[in-house]
Amino acid sequence: MPGRCRYAQPAVLPTDRIRNFSIISHVDHGKSTLSDRILELTKAVDPRLMREQYLDSMDIERERGITIKAQNVRVHWADHVLHLIDTPGHVDFAYEVSRSLAACEGAVLLVDASQGIQAQTLATCYQALEHDLEIVAALNKIDLPAADPDRCVDELERVLGLEGDGVLRISAKTGEGVAGLLDAVVARVPPPTGDAAEPLRALIFDSSYDQYRGVVSSIRVVSGVLRSSARVRFMQVGAAHDLEEIGVRAPAPTPVAELGPGEVGYLIAGIKDVGQARSGETVTDAIRPAPAPLAGYRDPKPMVFCGLYPIDGDQLTELREALEKLRLNDSSVTFEPESSGALGFGFRCGFLGLLHMEIVRERLEREFDLSLIATAPSVAYCATLTDGTEVRFDNPSQMPEPSRLDHVDEPMLRATVIVPSEYTGTTMDLCQSRRGELERMEYLSPERLELVYRIPLAEVVVDFFDQLKSRTKGYASLDYEPAGSATANLVKVDLLINHVPVDAFSTVVHRNAADAYGRRMAEKLRELIPRQLFDVPIQAAVGGRVIARETVKAKRKDVLAKCYGGDITRKRKLLERQKEGKKRMKSIGRVEVPQEAFISALRMED
Amino acid sequence: MAPDAGGGPFGGGLSGGEPSGGGPCGGELFGGGLSGGGLSGGEPSGGGPAGGELSGGGPAGGELSGGGPAGGELFGVYVHVPFCRSRCDYCAFATYTDRDHLMAAYAAACVAELRRAVDTEGIPEATSVFFGGGTPSRLPDDLLAAILDAVPRAPGAEVTVECNPEDAEPIRLARYRAAGVTRVSLGAQSTVPHVLHGLGRRHTPGALMAAVAAVAAAGLASWSVDVIMGGAGESDADWERSLQDLLALAEPPPHVSAYALTVEPGTPLAADPRRHPDEDVLARRYERADDVLGSAGYAWEEISNWALPGHGCRHNQLYWARGEYRGIGSAAHSHRGGRRWWNVRTPDRYVRLISSGRPAEAAGEVLAPAQQALEALALSLRTPAGVPSRALPDVPELAGLIERVGGRAVLTRRGRLLADAVTAHLVVGGGMAGGGVAGGGHR
Repeated sequence: MPGRCRYAQPAVLPTDRIRNFSIISHVDHGKSTLSDRILELTKAVDPRLMREQYLDSMDIERERGITIKAQNVRVHWADHVLHLIDTPGHVDFAYEVSRSLAACEGAVLLVDASQGIQAQTLATCYQALEHDLEIVAALNKIDLPAADPDRCVDELERVLGLEGDGVLRISAKTGEGVAGLLDAVVARVPPPTGDAAEPLRALIFDSSYDQYRGVVSSIRVVSGVLRSSARVRFMQVGAAHDLEEIGVRAPAPTPVAELGPGEVGYLIAGIKDVGQARSGETVTDAIRPAPAPLAGYRDPKPMVFCGLYPIDGDQLTELREALEKLRLNDSSVTFEPESSGALGFGFRCGFLGLLHMEIVRERLEREFDLSLIATAPSVAYCATLTDGTEVRFDNPSQMPEPSRLDHVDEPMLRATVIVPSEYTGTTMDLCQSRRGELERMEYLSPERLELVYRIPLAEVVVDFFDQLKSRTKGYASLDYEPAGSATANLVKVDLLINHVPVDAFSTVVHRNAADAYGRRMAEKLRELIPRQLFDVPIQAAVGGRVIARETVKAKRKDVLAKCYGGDITRKRKLLERQKEGKKRMKSIGRVEVPQEAFISALRMED
Repeated sequence: MAPDAGGGPFGGGLSGGEPSGGGPCGGELFGGGLSGGGLSGGEPSGGGPAGGELSGGGPAGGELSGGGPAGGELFGVYVHVPFCRSRCDYCAFATYTDRDHLMAAYAAACVAELRRAVDTEGIPEATSVFFGGGTPSRLPDDLLAAILDAVPRAPGAEVTVECNPEDAEPIRLARYRAAGVTRVSLGAQSTVPHVLHGLGRRHTPGALMAAVAAVAAAGLASWSVDVIMGGAGESDADWERSLQDLLALAEPPPHVSAYALTVEPGTPLAADPRRHPDEDVLARRYERADDVLGSAGYAWEEISNWALPGHGCRHNQLYWARGEYRGIGSAAHSHRGGRRWWNVRTPDRYVRLISSGRPAEAAGEVLAPAQQALEALALSLRTPAGVPSRALPDVPELAGLIERVGGRAVLTRRGRLLADAVTAHLVVGGGMAGGGVAGGGHR
């Protein structure tokens, strides 16, 4: 809607006046606080409108102290335009991080001076170095008594090869040193390059869905000029759109007529689905297109899967609608209908990682008011059958029968753990018990150790991080990246209630862990399944072989002994409630199981 | 089917001269005839309006189709006496240990409520009256007699008073009898000292045996003893001993109620899980009670009740038959004309309301036809009458829990213990549709 535009800038900004940078930081190391200080110091936000964690727009982001969606903001400092590009702060979003970094020439590495650099920060920092970004290191929280800036500087020198002299010391909380940091960004981060005369190439590094405007994409112009009146082509998806609006976030969205090379802003083109405007997409001019898109685009690939079921079966339609809406804003979520004997109808969903899974589930429950139960997380396996054909499955109940199996490959990770050296033993025990193989071990400083393991993803998705945290009193940090696949001796453990398998509990585990898992689950189900009118066998089985067996003994007595003084009403109400309760039971092999029992069993798995 | 096998000793005992054709309690309930010919000396029940429905649609049939019992049919009056010397810690009922000063006013209020019920509701003559509690025997005899006097009674009406062993003195029992009481229900609970102690009962086994002897000697038409299984510290042997002690009496009680200890929410017992009875233990003791009582000639007449022939409790049978009754006193429940209601819970409020001329009703409900039918089936299922066969589907879950005989489905002994599970399978349509012939088949 060009008629509505207020043109903030008449001409293309010279690139030597632009600095594009992101802040690389661990959770709680002060990134949001630093962003707030920068907004204040550059007078980008009216002090009356300022609030904490200004750039974190989702409740979940504020509560968890992490950034899920990349944000960007344009501020002015010392005659320069600075674009601060906030990156997602979790390993699940490594690809999104890489796209954000691709939009920058520099990065502020923010490290808590009392804690030192953490695994994810290190990984992101390596990524930034791969992108040739200029690193401006800053130690934060130097006002804290526990701060040990000298040790941190040593670590940064040793691990990243940074010049100790160049490491800034700031307190984002008090604002001390923040102006010096901005000066250092202007002085040390190189300006973007890019020729305004070349055909347009702009990188989308984030897209979100606005219910009034449709998809709003964050973009960085790499070459050429993006004009608000242009017809553009999205090169990877191969679609053309008329632009509705382009602008900059200052941080309030402000329409502009043009964005030149090196500029960062947003683009609205009436797109209804973020899947059509993914991170990494290249925007070019439809009439005068660039010969090739920018490098580095990748389709999002789900790594972790689970079934999501409405606790109330009546909410199935609402769940579908919620997933569809959520996908408008997060194209990395995949889902397809699935049904389970135990849980009814639901969806098999794929996620970038565990945190992503948790966040999606939480958003579904919170923003769409749904009550959900999730099956245990699983990964994508590849089975090779005896006849040589390959079968991919991410739902354990779809694993082919052992007789047809030649071998199964599972996805592997390269996991990096940084841990204080006194926790080395317990960390190594954990990794080994999860079938990890140590690849590398290195002291970052006399007190801190970096361990690199090759470990199956499936072992990491089941409470690995929680275990790591609790064994190291919260000091360990974890990062991982995909590392191919490996053949493993995997079996499917089924749980049978009254000889009928309960699909929701089928799990793929290593052969050596099958018996223990089967016993644990059979015991758990025996405790949770109410006594029936007959003995109910509960079995765990691998193939046709029973590896654990429990029995829920038949119910002996349930009758209400007495009706006091003609109070039939109370008795009738009890029976009516009982009948009502019966309706909520799932029937598995004639066994009536309250859904709560399945839910408890799945929750205990967490 | 023992209750009526003796040809109506109950009726005989009560009214002396009007034995009924089919035997009173058993006959009315099971034979198809809520109209109870023998009691009122009126019409025999063979083809009475209620009778036809009874076996077809369960005991509630009469109300469903017939517009309620008319004069001459069964009608009960329940009088609640909410006073206790001490409160048993498993009891959730509306009883009070600190309201004895209200007794006279309370009795007067009961009389007033009864008069109002006669004058404005036109309650029929009662064929059974039941003083329950609480501890009715805690009420001075003259107050109890005054209340009973205010109850219009049919000739031969059964009048039961629940009585604590420590109150069962010969003189009190004689006064009861003179006032018209025909039956005493004695709350023995156990004959084993440590079990009694565990249940929080005050009487000793010695006092209990003396009370039992006094009741047996009181010349009442019938009497009953309550026992509880599953108290803390009770062993199988203790339970056996309680049963055998009762049966070894020179004159054993003609009716026994054996209740499984029930953990009611909000009671001190509920707060102490260590004392909660085990389901399997209760089942075992129940089966033992049924064996012991059965071989001594008692027949089960309801889940927790066994009686020698002719000694069933007519008032309780009225409940199970979904009959009509008027509850008098605080927390008392009434059922008339398709409506159930109940009085305010505390004696204080009850006395205040009645004495100021207001009704004591706290709340009530009108049951939908389907609810009425289900209620009728659920209640009847608890008795040897069972339900029409089609009211229970033929599903494997019910195997061994019911027996289908002559168009009726009746609980087996295992089924009695699982009656609530069986009840959950009841199908109203099936029950309502039944138009089977009265009675005989399931006997």
